[in-house]
Amino acid sequence: MTFLRRIPWGWLIFIAAFFVPALGSRYYTFLANDVVIWALFATSLNLLVGYTGLVSFGHAAYFGIGAYTTGILMKKAGVTFLLAFPAAGVVAALFAAVFGFFCVRLTRIYFAMLTLACAQIVWAICFKWNEVTGGEQGMPEIPYPSFDWVESVAAWVPGVGGYRTSEYFYFLSLVLVAAALWMLRRITRSPFGRMLTTIRENPERAEFIGVNVRRYELAAFVLAGAFAGLAGGLFGIFNRGVFPDFAYWTKSSEVLIMTLLGGMGTFAGPSVGALVLLWLNQQIVSYTQYWPLILGSILVLLLFVFPGGIAGAVEGLWRWTRRRAHA
Amino acid sequence: MPDPSFVFAQCLSGLTAAMFLFLIASGLSLIFGVLRVLNFAHGTFYMLGAYTTFQIVQWLGTGPGTFWLAALGAAAAVALLGAVVERFLFRHLYGKEELYQLLFTYALVLVLSDVAKIFWGTQQKSVSRPAGLTGSFSLFGATIPYYNLFILLLGPAIALAFWFVLQRTRTGRFIRAAALDRETLGALGVNVNALYTGVFVLASFLGGLGGALVTPVRTIVPGMDTEIIVEAFVVVVIGGLGSFWGTFLGSLIYGQVLSFGILFFPRFSIFSVFALMAAVLVIRPWGLLGRPLK
Amino acid sequence: MLEVRDVAKSFGGFQAVGGVNLTVAPGSISAIIGPNGAGKTTLFNLITGHLRPDTGRVVFKGRDVTGIAPHDLCRLGMGRSFQRTNIFPRLTVFENVQAAYVSHRGRGWNLFAPVARIYRAETEAILHAVGLLDRAGEESGFLSHGGQKQLELGIALALEPEILLLDEPTAGMSAAETRESIALIERLAHERRLTLLFTEHDMEVVFSISQRITVLHQGRVIADGVPDEVRRDPQVRRVYLGDKHA
Repeated sequence: MTFLRRIPWGWLIFIAAFFVPALGSRYYTFLANDVVIWALFATSLNLLVGYTGLVSFGHAAYFGIGAYTTGILMKKAGVTFLLAFPAAGVVAALFAAVFGFFCVRLTRIYFAMLTLACAQIVWAICFKWNEVTGGEQGMPEIPYPSFDWVESVAAWVPGVGGYRTSEYFYFLSLVLVAAALWMLRRITRSPFGRMLTTIRENPERAEFIGVNVRRYELAAFVLAGAFAGLAGGLFGIFNRGVFPDFAYWTKSSEVLIMTLLGGMGTFAGPSVGALVLLWLNQQIVSYTQYWPLILGSILVLLLFVFPGGIAGAVEGLWRWTRRRAHA
Repeated sequence: MPDPSFVFAQCLSGLTAAMFLFLIASGLSLIFGVLRVLNFAHGTFYMLGAYTTFQIVQWLGTGPGTFWLAALGAAAAVALLGAVVERFLFRHLYGKEELYQLLFTYALVLVLSDVAKIFWGTQQKSVSRPAGLTGSFSLFGATIPYYNLFILLLGPAIALAFWFVLQRTRTGRFIRAAALDRETLGALGVNVNALYTGVFVLASFLGGLGGALVTPVRTIVPGMDTEIIVEAFVVVVIGGLGSFWGTFLGSLIYGQVLSFGILFFPRFSIFSVFALMAAVLVIRPWGLLGRPLK
Repeated sequence: MLEVRDVAKSFGGFQAVGGVNLTVAPGSISAIIGPNGAGKTTLFNLITGHLRPDTGRVVFKGRDVTGIAPHDLCRLGMGRSFQRTNIFPRLTVFENVQAAYVSHRGRGWNLFAPVARIYRAETEAILHAVGLLDRAGEESGFLSHGGQKQLELGIALALEPEILLLDEPTAGMSAAETRESIALIERLAHERRLTLLFTEHDMEVVFSISQRITVLHQGRVIADGVPDEVRRDPQVRRVYLGDKHA
């Protein structure tokens, strides 16, 4: 069964995802776009929780900041997406650097509390600063990026054009998120990523192999914030509006649940978690309005029966079948 | 400069809010102090206390004394729920990572708030002030409802009673010992499991009572749970997680900052309380009157 | 190489270490001994930057290093192992040692190179030296206690220290494991020209390999010298060695 491990799963899924609008309905394109963006958001959180061992309860702050940055730039300043999107990452990273500077000085529960407090500060600002953020009402009608150029290319190359704007945006999200995930993958497998795992495993020992723990934690915090910001930037456009609850603490819990559901120990876990959770959500809300009840029950089951999440369960099954094969 | 009577009224309203917050935050702080868990579901217990009070008042009608019966009944029901949750679920997470404990309490928030929706829908509910406390009186030009005065007196009374239990009774000594050093407690021959259940039940009772008593002054709506829990977090962080008088002080500060914040900088009142929380965490992570964790 | 001058540390009124002086010559093997609670581990933590002394100075290679952070000390060439085994349990044996190389050689800020390919040969050489090469791919948390101690030593060596501080390197080991482990430490110290400073409860070990022994009692040095002097010291015999080693 080792051949299963040799298959370039990432590439296969990436290519397959391009066929969703052509083969599926509008509904599936919508769902796929949602999943793609949340996959990036959850994976960025996993860099902190799963790789560095820092439990952030305020990761939604950077998602929200990214969403507002892109939203404000595109809607109010008429800036092109080409600039407004990277700006989401940069601004979120700046905020993460300021908040993170204080957060990494604290440990464990106090770290979680301070990340929560920082996120609530962001939420409070978004909620009240009407002139800039639209306040409680949020900021509806964020424009899509212009896809006119695709149409002009399509005039020359057959088989490229003819999609709806929302479908073009899905392709764009797919490419951008894939690139971001590729970067995150490289980071987790880099020497830097290895240093982060030593901190997760044993911060005291890490200090004594020469790791400046706080500085690495801050770097991880800023990187995670930046990628969450990029996810937020895409989400505001996808959602056709930016609202203060993007930064509210319950959003932070949602993304934590996603990460946990998929499995924190693995790179692909949070993406799997995003896929499963959003798909389940879509399925269940068509039957009942009590989605939180179902979600809470799933979470309890997960905590008590599958603490390793889906990836952990699959890995357990994998080991089990191998042991059976050897026996 | 605003009218002094207005300032006085503002100050009193901040104090009233502080007393409610204290009822809720003291339970949260107690659970953290002894069990070392941040219980997100504590706000949900508060909400259930409110809904249950509404329900009992519906059943009993608005005769004299029914509100008090309903309030006590609701608090007791919530305490019972707390016992069940602790005994059958929460207990199994004590040795686990903090993240799992936090997420479990969040799962409770999701489940219980939906259960409340199933029973009571999403319409606003309200309870009228208990008979005998419906009127109001005037002091320094400010109008004060009798019910608010009652809350202003009840808050410190409960704080003193609570403090008395902690300081003067055997159980109270164990609770304080548990907050300081859990390892030695088992060695002293204390039934730690029973103590944990007891603490959880007491904390749930206080949360439920807070929810019950708030019904005459605030409407009962879904979402009141996630709102109050954040406020209670702010209070216990400012005062010091696990510190009893810290929670009292934190409530007072929160109430005043919020009510004067609204007066002078209406735009930044919410911002200012979170900024205060962050500042306390940065300067003294264990809070104004708390002790650093070992 | 290392000099400790008048270092003292109190914890809430209790003086754990009171005015200790200690000199470690380059290339030597020195031991700190003393009954439980004599302040050995505290002294170690004061030297390696985990704690900041109330008074006194720690001088390493002619440089005042009092109270500087562990990660900086590590850079300067001071390695240590811990009394309670201290590894990265969910990383493999190989990754444990490799991480030490990555950090020590300043490659930790590289965000894009694949970590799997760097310092393979160096890491394998260390694992070979401490006898763990055939277990390189295993998750280190599953090693036996003795295996984890060997791994700790491997991590410490990967930091290419000039001086190595070992806190109870044989704690929790059987007699046979202790002998093997001490032989290994002695060999490695000799091969790599390391200066060694260690604490130890096993007197046989201490007197067999150390060139210099410092005896701590209630946070103070009561004897300091070559093994024979210390062995004959009447005060040491009274408070610590008893008549067993007379």
